[in-house]
Amino acid sequence: MENFNYHRPSKVADAVKLMKKAKDGKYLAGGHTLVPTMKQGLATPTDIIDLSGLKNAGVKVGAKSVVIQAGTTHAAVAADKGVRKAIPGLAALAGGIGDPHVRHKGTIGGSLANNDPAADYPAACLALGATIHTNARKIPADKYFTGLFSTALKDDEIITAVEFPIPKKSGYAKFPNPASLYAMVGVYVVQDGKGAARVAVTGAGPGVFRQADMEVALSKSFKADALAGIAVKPRGLNSDIHGSAAYRAHLISVMARRALAAAK
Amino acid sequence: MPTVSMTVNGKAVKGEVEGRTLLVEFIREHLGLTGTHVGCDTSQCGACVVHVDGKAVKSCSTLAAACDGAAVTTIEGLAKDGKLHPMQESFREHHGLQCGFCTPGMIMSAVDLVKREGKKLDEDTIRHGLEGNICRCTGYQNIVKAVQAGAEKM
Ligand SMILES: Cc1cc2nc3c(=O)[nH]c(=O)nc-3n(C[C@H](O)[C@H](O)[C@H](O)COP(=O)(O)OP(=O)(O)OC[C@H]3O[C@@H](n4cnc5c(N)ncnc54)[C@H](O)[C@@H]3O)c2cc1C
Ligand code: FES
Ligand code: FES
Repeated sequence: MENFNYHRPSKVADAVKLMKKAKDGKYLAGGHTLVPTMKQGLATPTDIIDLSGLKNAGVKVGAKSVVIQAGTTHAAVAADKGVRKAIPGLAALAGGIGDPHVRHKGTIGGSLANNDPAADYPAACLALGATIHTNARKIPADKYFTGLFSTALKDDEIITAVEFPIPKKSGYAKFPNPASLYAMVGVYVVQDGKGAARVAVTGAGPGVFRQADMEVALSKSFKADALAGIAVKPRGLNSDIHGSAAYRAHLISVMARRALAAAK
Repeated sequence: MPTVSMTVNGKAVKGEVEGRTLLVEFIREHLGLTGTHVGCDTSQCGACVVHVDGKAVKSCSTLAAACDGAAVTTIEGLAKDGKLHPMQESFREHHGLQCGFCTPGMIMSAVDLVKREGKKLDEDTIRHGLEGNICRCTGYQNIVKAVQAGAEKM
C-alpha cells in the first residue's frame, strides 16, 4: 500500500478543511472497503482523513423516524433495541452484512458513500425512502444513488446521519454470494402507513433500483400472492461468473417473496 | 510519522508508525507478537482477528494509527499464568486444528462470539459466527465441536 498523510480530526468542519487542502484526499470510516482498495492500488490517496475522531456513532428512535449517525457500525445497528423494534427489517439487514468482524468495523456512512452495486444498505435506504444528511444538506434517497459506485455527494461532502421513516411493515432478503457475502440479489420491501408499497433491489443491476411493477401489485395487497403475474425481465441486469441476468431476474422474484414472508 | 500508544494484552506500548502501517504489522513486526497471522491480506480469511476495545476485528484491514488509545487483545493475551484459556484448551482437546494457521483467528472469533451470544451455543450460531474465518484443513467439524465445548467452560 502506498503511504499517505494520516489525519484524525475531531470536528466535521476540520475534516472538510483538511479535505479541501489535500491534493488527493479520502475520508476513512471503518476502512473495510477503502483499505482493501488501497492495498490493491486502486486508490492511492495522498491524505487519509479518518472520521472516527468525530465520534459520530449512535441511534435515535423518534415517533416517526429512526436517525442513525454515519459512524454507527453494522453490528451496533443490528443490536440496537430501538431499531429492532421500530424497523426490524433494517436491523436484520445490518446483521446480515458480511461477517461479524466486518460488522464491527463497517459503518452505514461508509457503505452509503461507497454505493457498491451489491451492498445491502442502499436497498433499505431506497425502499424506506430514507434521507441522507450531510454537512451541507439533506438528500432524499431517490436522488442520492446515481449509479455504479456513484452518489450525489460532492468530493468533500461528509455524510453525518441517515434518517429512516418508520414504516408499517418492512423486510429484507438476500441471496449472498457464498464467497464475498455481498448480495447476488437482495430485495427490501416496505409497506408505509398508508398501505403504499416500495420495493428496492440491490446486487442485480449496476446500482440499486426500484421494481415498479411489484410496487403497484404490493400496494394493492402486501402478500407474496400479489406477485403471481409478474415476470422480472433480465434486460439491463448483471451477467457475470456468479450468475446470468436471467438467473438474477429469477432471484429478484424469489427474494421479494422471502422479504415479504420476513416482513414485520 | 504518527505515534501510536495502545494497550496490548494489558501492557502499555508506544511506537512510531507510517500512516499506512496496518494493525497486524504493528503487532507482528513492531511488537514481535507473531501469534496473529496473515492468511489472505484481503479481509476474507480471519486469520488476523484480534480484539480492539473488546470487539473482534480483522487487523489486516485496520490502520494502526486509527487504534491510537485502544485496548488490543491478541491470541498471546488469552492464556493466564501459564494456563491455556478454556477456548484454547478446548481446541486442543477436540482436535479443532490441523496445521494451526487459522487457529489464532478462530479462537479470537470464538471468544468474541461467546461474549455476544453467551455460553450455550448451537451449531447454527457457531457456523454463522465463524463466517469470517476460513480453515483450509479441518472441514470445520471439530472447530464447531471445540467452540461449543469451550464456550461452556468460559
Ligand atoms: C469480507 C467483507 C465482506 C463484506 N460483505 C458485505 C455485504 O455483505 N454487504 C455489504 O453491504 N457490504 C459488505 N462489505 C462492505 C462493508 O460493509 C464496508 O465496511 C462498507 O461498505 C464500507 O464502510 P466503511 O465504514 O468500512 O467505509 P470505508 O471503507 O472507510 O469507506 C468507504 C468509502 O466511503 C467514504 N466515506 C466513508 N465514510 C464517509 C462519510 N461519513 N461521508 C462521506 N464519505 C465517506 C470513504 O471515503 C470511501 O470512499 C464487506 C466487506 C468485507 C471486507
Ligand atoms: S489476513 Fe486478515 S482477513 Fe485474511
Ligand atoms: S487448521 Fe489449517 S487452516 Fe485451519
